[in-house]
Amino acid sequence: MNIISLGALDLALAASLLLLLALVSVLLSLDLEKKLLLSGLRTIIQLLLIGQVLRVLFANANPWWIICMALVMLLVAVREVRARQQRRLKGISGYWISTFSIFISSFTVTFLALTVMVHVRPWWTPQYAIPLLGMVLGNTMTGVALASDRLTVQLYEQRNVVEQRLLLGQSWQTACGDIRRECARTGMVPIINSMAAAGVVSLPGMMTGQILGGTPPVEAVKYQILIMFLIAAGTGFGVICSIWMASRHLFDKRHRLCLDQLLAGK
Amino acid sequence: MKTVSFFIVDDLRYLENGSYSFAVERGKCIGLSGQSGIGKSQLLKSIADLIPHTGEVYLEGVACSDIDAPEWRRQVALVPAESLWWYDTVQGHFPNLEHRFLSCGWLSELGFEPSVMSWQVARLSTGERQRLALLRALVNEPRVLLLDEPTSGLDPLYAARYENILAQYRIQYGAPLIWVTHDREQLLRVADAAYMVEKKGLKRLPSMV
Repeated sequence: MNIISLGALDLALAASLLLLLALVSVLLSLDLEKKLLLSGLRTIIQLLLIGQVLRVLFANANPWWIICMALVMLLVAVREVRARQQRRLKGISGYWISTFSIFISSFTVTFLALTVMVHVRPWWTPQYAIPLLGMVLGNTMTGVALASDRLTVQLYEQRNVVEQRLLLGQSWQTACGDIRRECARTGMVPIINSMAAAGVVSLPGMMTGQILGGTPPVEAVKYQILIMFLIAAGTGFGVICSIWMASRHLFDKRHRLCLDQLLAGK
Repeated sequence: MKTVSFFIVDDLRYLENGSYSFAVERGKCIGLSGQSGIGKSQLLKSIADLIPHTGEVYLEGVACSDIDAPEWRRQVALVPAESLWWYDTVQGHFPNLEHRFLSCGWLSELGFEPSVMSWQVARLSTGERQRLALLRALVNEPRVLLLDEPTSGLDPLYAARYENILAQYRIQYGAPLIWVTHDREQLLRVADAAYMVEKKGLKRLPSMV
């Protein structure tokens, strides 16, 4: 069964809903219109572009192009994480911590999935590699962004409490332990909620796509279960890694909190 | 044989302040006074190795930089001017509820019943938190105490009892006290020697007998 092709008119009708929303925003002075229309435009342009890129990539499958694309995706993810932080780490460290944590978690998990779980040969087959990496990377990025943002904000706002705990002879790990735990939880909330609601509240995206494309539902759910576990693992390890690295960076070897490593808040 | 003082601060400098040097023997109290904003709290913080500084501090001959920072701060305890609490209940802040300092009468002397441990911190007034913070610091059994205007938020009755408990601790455990205060009378009461903290050093205050 082939998927029903969408025409330009169909998309235009969907876009008109967005225009309607923007109009309501203007009438109610919600100030949302600009962001909405800009994001909508970005969606159209970026997705049309990626569609073309994938078409070329699928036709000329080559491990180096896949790796290239993967690295571009990683860099964009890191940029997004940084853009969402209210208080950023100074210098190259901030970028390095995000890059390393996201890379080590999502890339490892995806590679493992491609080789050992999905058994796709070769492992870099674009139809599998790109979508799987995209989903794991995207969710890991969200988790790391939430956790990192909360960590730096909390360490700044609760700096006096952290200092008081250090003065009672606590190590830096103990003094910021409660904050770190809270931030790890924050980073994991989206995927945990998704797993809890999967199939009951909504049909997750990957499954939806496959079913629309003609895959039997029973097969589609198996892929969905796989991807959700991959996402949870990728997000979890990425969150833990980024929080551990960032908090360590903000204390010196005499266990002092060094907030001069943070740029001023937005 | 020249005996080495118990607690020595040697050529301490931080930010634009310094150099500060002094020594204090077991069980003695040094009083520090000075203009607001001159850096008295920062002086205590550098002794506790909480802010970057140059110079060295020695406790019974052992240098601060030779000990792990958390261990130093357990031994050289700074009680800040404003007490902070981070768990909902009081007992979360006391790792050992069986500690003898919590049953030796100090709790009631400071105006608390033993049940205060199960109270919500939000229920305590600022003064009550300040008084409990002293016990919180003492149960770590520090060998030196750095006190930053410890009784500034307390009424005279509890201020006197606070001073009394510190005197007991000082005498029983031989812990030197370094006491920052604006209160001239308190300085006269508690300190064996007093200094004025200035930008570039300490000025000995004459004892007024």
